[in-house]
Amino acid sequence: MGETSVNFAKASTTALQDPQLRANFRRAMDGLMSKRAVQFADSKEWNAVRALGASVRLRALSKLPELLEKLEANCTRNGIQVHWASTTDEANAIVLSIMQRVNAKLVVKGKSMVSEEMHLNAFLEQHGIESLESDLGEYIVQLDEAMPSHIIMPAIHMNTKQIAHLFKQKIKEAEYTEDVAQLTDLARRVLRKKFATADVGISGVNMAVAETGTLCLVENEGNGRMSTTVPPVHIAVMGLEKVVEKLEDVPPVISLLTRSATAQPITTYVNMISSPRKEGEKDGPREIHLVILDNGRSSIYADEELRNTLRCIRCGACMNHCPVYTKVGGHAYEAPYPGPIGSILVPQMEGLAKRGELPHACTMCNACVEICPVKIPIVEIMGRLRAEAVHPGDSVKGAGSRASKAEAMVWKGWSMTYASPLAYRFATGLLAKLGNAAPTSLPLLKEWTNVRAKPRFASRTLHDLAREKGIPDV
Amino acid sequence: MSTDGTTVPFSGVPFSGVSFSGSRPDSVYYFGTCLVDLFYPEAGMAGIDLLKAQGLRVVFPQGQSCCGQPAYNSGYREEALKVARAQLDYFPGDWPIVVPSGSCAGMMKKHWPDLFKGEPDEARAKQVASRVWELTQFLVQVLNVKFEDQGPPVKITWHASCHAQREMGVVEEPKALLRQLANVELVELQRERECCGFGGTFSVRHPEISAAMVGDKVADIENTGAKAVVSGDCGCLMNISGALEGGKKPVRGVHIAQFLKERTHG
Amino acid sequence: MSEARPTDSRNAILGKLRAGRDAHPLTPPESDFTVLRDKRWAPSERLDRIKTMMEAVHTEFLETTEADWPTAVQDFLKAQGTRTLLYGTATEAGQRLAASWTEGGPELVPYDGPVETFKERLFDGIDAGITTTLGAIADTGSLIVWPTPEEPRLMSLVPHMHLALLRADQLYDTFWQAMTENRWADGMPTNALLISGPSKTADIEQTLAYGVHGPKRLVVVVIR
Ligand code: SF4
Repeated sequence: MGETSVNFAKASTTALQDPQLRANFRRAMDGLMSKRAVQFADSKEWNAVRALGASVRLRALSKLPELLEKLEANCTRNGIQVHWASTTDEANAIVLSIMQRVNAKLVVKGKSMVSEEMHLNAFLEQHGIESLESDLGEYIVQLDEAMPSHIIMPAIHMNTKQIAHLFKQKIKEAEYTEDVAQLTDLARRVLRKKFATADVGISGVNMAVAETGTLCLVENEGNGRMSTTVPPVHIAVMGLEKVVEKLEDVPPVISLLTRSATAQPITTYVNMISSPRKEGEKDGPREIHLVILDNGRSSIYADEELRNTLRCIRCGACMNHCPVYTKVGGHAYEAPYPGPIGSILVPQMEGLAKRGELPHACTMCNACVEICPVKIPIVEIMGRLRAEAVHPGDSVKGAGSRASKAEAMVWKGWSMTYASPLAYRFATGLLAKLGNAAPTSLPLLKEWTNVRAKPRFASRTLHDLAREKGIPDV
Repeated sequence: MSTDGTTVPFSGVPFSGVSFSGSRPDSVYYFGTCLVDLFYPEAGMAGIDLLKAQGLRVVFPQGQSCCGQPAYNSGYREEALKVARAQLDYFPGDWPIVVPSGSCAGMMKKHWPDLFKGEPDEARAKQVASRVWELTQFLVQVLNVKFEDQGPPVKITWHASCHAQREMGVVEEPKALLRQLANVELVELQRERECCGFGGTFSVRHPEISAAMVGDKVADIENTGAKAVVSGDCGCLMNISGALEGGKKPVRGVHIAQFLKERTHG
Repeated sequence: MSEARPTDSRNAILGKLRAGRDAHPLTPPESDFTVLRDKRWAPSERLDRIKTMMEAVHTEFLETTEADWPTAVQDFLKAQGTRTLLYGTATEAGQRLAASWTEGGPELVPYDGPVETFKERLFDGIDAGITTTLGAIADTGSLIVWPTPEEPRLMSLVPHMHLALLRADQLYDTFWQAMTENRWADGMPTNALLISGPSKTADIEQTLAYGVHGPKRLVVVVIR
């Protein structure tokens, strides 16, 4: 594999050295966790709705190809044009060809993680099309020429002061203010003009209903409704896993999504779109296109265990509860999806050669598993990917690319020692006698003792003590 | 109760609330774990003594070594399997297997069934796994112990290990034991459920992040004003007491078995 | 960039999914909707709950009666200094509103052409819009709004204030009940909405701010 590995360790170290960033994340994540806990205070209800949500997602996955075909048929019947893209390049090309046909110059975008996966903004800019993020957080991040640091709250890494400075610097009519209402109002004024004049609106999809050919979007700001209603053309992009079977599957998933994501019983808007403007209707887009993107998902789906990654409803709760994410923030992952879900999804999409470090960005504390509203065994998948990275195989892209003879030897030696009582006794005896003489300059010990005292080997092991005290062996 | 999400109700633990079926056993196996063996043998012995004090015959098979977790979590499942398999022979009786570590208990109880899946000894491994108890869980749920405090007044705090909580479902048991001690004031951490940053190889693979995490943990501990931080897992303990000592903080890290023994046996 | 060949991708994706699934079929657990089915409030409690939940996110309520609501709406808007009110001329509600509208109140503006010819006025010159609803949901405090040719989609989105007429006897317990009891799956409209408050954001340091892109105010006119 010729791909270079993305250096999570380096990016995270940089993040750790930014006290403002750490404070921003700590405060935000603490708040989100406690608010979410209030939403799910009734544990009986949580267990029931969570089981229901997981069953909805699993049922969808169990019939995935059929449901996608049904979705396509029902969308087509409703007048929504369906496109399929194996790769992000294909998806971008589909979007571009629609834009070029309608001679689009300005695009307004609602929040869409799949479009981040596609690097759609940069792609459109290359083709002379202005692509403007309209979700306030995404807008801020775009002004800052940065990437979102959280899938739900893209600008969570910034505080009000930083945003105030950014607005002053980047928006012509801006007066400097740290008043959030005024900052918000400024964005409202700037973006309203854009909504009114945009040629195309782009959105993501939170869920697509096979039964009715309906695209569901949840949001608070109204920018999603604007983007999908005002411009004459609406293009929705979705990962192929986002389909659900029935309309009645929507309410439990939305409930889990909004409560997990931002601790709201529901978002301000639940927007269900089933067709373009019909005869006699006065507004709404005249064309709707649905782009269904694979980008590695069908490979993930092929593996019985790894396919659970595709249950995800992108609530972001795993980030909020992840002690690693909370320390380093989203940018350290250098990926559209950070945090626990990113650490399992991105390596599977982009391959372990490039992203094999991400499954190690985890202490396996299981905080994410505990709160994931659709019960994804995130940590088990993390462990599986660690194994895949060092063992050649064909179930994950880049499997075996991180195999190291030296490391394999260490574990082989370890297993031989620990599987043999005699060897184990000899080795632990040796460590008890000589272990403390090891210099702190040794690898591993050096990293450990950076902020910690050296661990001390006891002079006699528990095995020794038990024997001495006459604790029976059988 | 703190308000930072530590009271999140959940059902992620497949084995929580499992109670001991059958009557109180007369014997138990003790699985000491490799970290206890090398670094905290007195804590290991204290656990044995606590069980003995309840009138149990405690068997410590000398052939035991490690649950296999280090290799398992590093992606070396075959090596983990080899070591896990080597343990099976030493627990032939039908007695409960008590483990003074939530993490190792979780490895055996929760992950062994997966690790042995499709192996000829799968059934046997599952049978062994089904008998595994975390020490405090066993003391509370099976033995229903009552401790009498014999120590001087002291303020302590409790660090909950991630795997004890989330794999073994052990949340209240250790705190219930500590609260039995009349002279011990237990002050809960603000973020009791948050990981201390050990994570096995994580601590040396990502030393800076791990340091930041244990730094937050140490600050939380200091804020309680406690003289000691008690924990049920030696990985966490090594990490936290290492950081306390490295930072010259006057707080002692101690394993719950050892702490309970100190308080109740003079 | 080479033009994607859509049918190739479609068949490749579906083929791969089918092969993957058939190699390892998956039996999902039963979906048990009891938790939603059993979520009930006494009819007398529903409206209170809706008010509490929606007021918590800055929704305003105007209580009135079947006979009085057009006057109540006009009085309210006068008091707010509203200059223009967008309404649907062809709905029964719109006709009642127009019939009872008196001089001196806000100007009643009909949404009477396709948005292409109306956009400028809509975005720049309209203070408020009034629409009907299909009821509200107690569980989450949400209005059910299905835009129609008579009440187009942007009426409830672009004006700075959205007034929504809610009949006090059209209340549901949960979203799930509303959609299953009314058999939504048999035919979805172009656009179906749940609206649970005025537009809001917390994207700047998690500080709530209202009226970011959509209406700054949502006023529910409860008709008893
Ligand atoms: S993995 Fe679970 S918690 Fe994380 S974003 Fe997906 S659904 Fe939410």
